[in-house]
Amino acid sequence: MASGEPLTSSAYIVHHLTNLTVGQGFWALHLDSLIVSGLLGLVAFVGMAMLARKATAGVPGRMQAFVEMLVSFIDQQVKDTYHGKSPLVTPMAITIFVWVLLMNAMDLIPVDFVPMLLGMAGVHFFKVVPTTDPNLTFGMSLSVFVVMIVMGFKVKGFGGFMHEVFTVPFGAKMAPVNLLFRLIEDIAKPISLSLRLFGNMYAGEMVFILIALLGIWQLPLALPWALFHILIITLQAFVFMMLTIVYLSMASESHG
Amino acid sequence: MNINATLIGEAIWFAVFIWITMKYVWPPLAKAMSDRQKLIADGLAAGERGKHELELAGKRSADALRDAKAKAAEIIAAAEKRGAQMVEEAKVAAKVEADKVVAAAKAEIAQQVEQARAELRGRVADLAVAGAEQILKREVDAKAHAEMLTALKQEL
Repeated sequence: MASGEPLTSSAYIVHHLTNLTVGQGFWALHLDSLIVSGLLGLVAFVGMAMLARKATAGVPGRMQAFVEMLVSFIDQQVKDTYHGKSPLVTPMAITIFVWVLLMNAMDLIPVDFVPMLLGMAGVHFFKVVPTTDPNLTFGMSLSVFVVMIVMGFKVKGFGGFMHEVFTVPFGAKMAPVNLLFRLIEDIAKPISLSLRLFGNMYAGEMVFILIALLGIWQLPLALPWALFHILIITLQAFVFMMLTIVYLSMASESHG
Repeated sequence: MNINATLIGEAIWFAVFIWITMKYVWPPLAKAMSDRQKLIADGLAAGERGKHELELAGKRSADALRDAKAKAAEIIAAAEKRGAQMVEEAKVAAKVEADKVVAAAKAEIAQQVEQARAELRGRVADLAVAGAEQILKREVDAKAHAEMLTALKQEL
């Protein structure tokens, strides 16, 4: 906690929910989100890349077996849902699941731990869970959205895509209604994708902060919530990945 | 809920990590896994083939054993037959030889008998001549006649 601030409950909460920011207005950057998400991603993916480079078809080591189990599980999900040929979908699903899972898992670090350490070093605001930052969740969901649209054009061609936009689900006579439906549907996708993750993680973090305010009573409460939160961490990572796969498969299959 | 340039930064991170996964993580792992799958499938197939071959070899060896037994029995039977035949032949040969020997012996005996007879005949003639000489020498002497006769008797 930053020294010199009044130690009220709302100040404590607000302090915990403030990003480490540089810059003003739109060009402000949340350094904490960028650094934590970047470090986690680099460790995870560079680590996996180094492991994959040494991967053998023979008897796998423990780490290789673990990573293979994880990626083949994700690949199975992709194969079950997505029937196109794009080589992007499985790596994208792996990236989403692993990255979101790790960032969500930052929630299990006691809420005061990192801010206190960094506070001693002179950094007074630090949100350690990047997925509680809507910038991150929107950054991911909008990227997914772009991939989805591009894949739609690529698979169906411009004509096929436009045909689908104007004729599904009510046929060519109701083209404006179809277009409206399509716009709502497509805009809802990235918003629901990002807000679901953000809302879940933000609420979970909030409960941790509120529990941390209870003094001695936080001890019996923080553990059950953390245990319960493990479920949410995994589930939200899985849901984000799964919905991405579903959206991409919808983009590459004509449903009309 | 303040959306700002962090969004762009996170999108860049996201793109970088997707790129790493797509280029360096997923392809080698997928290759390793499919290679291993193939390896295991090949191994299982080889095992199955080996089992099948073992079965066949067992069958073949049983066949060979049975054949060998049959052949051995055949050979033994042939040998026994041949043995019996040889004994039979030997018997016949021996009989022939014996007959020959017996015939030769009989011929020799007959020859000797003939020879002896001829000899005896010669002797009897000589004795008769000698007797007649004696008789002629002592015609009047009855006593001497008797004596001569006795001597003749002794001669005979």
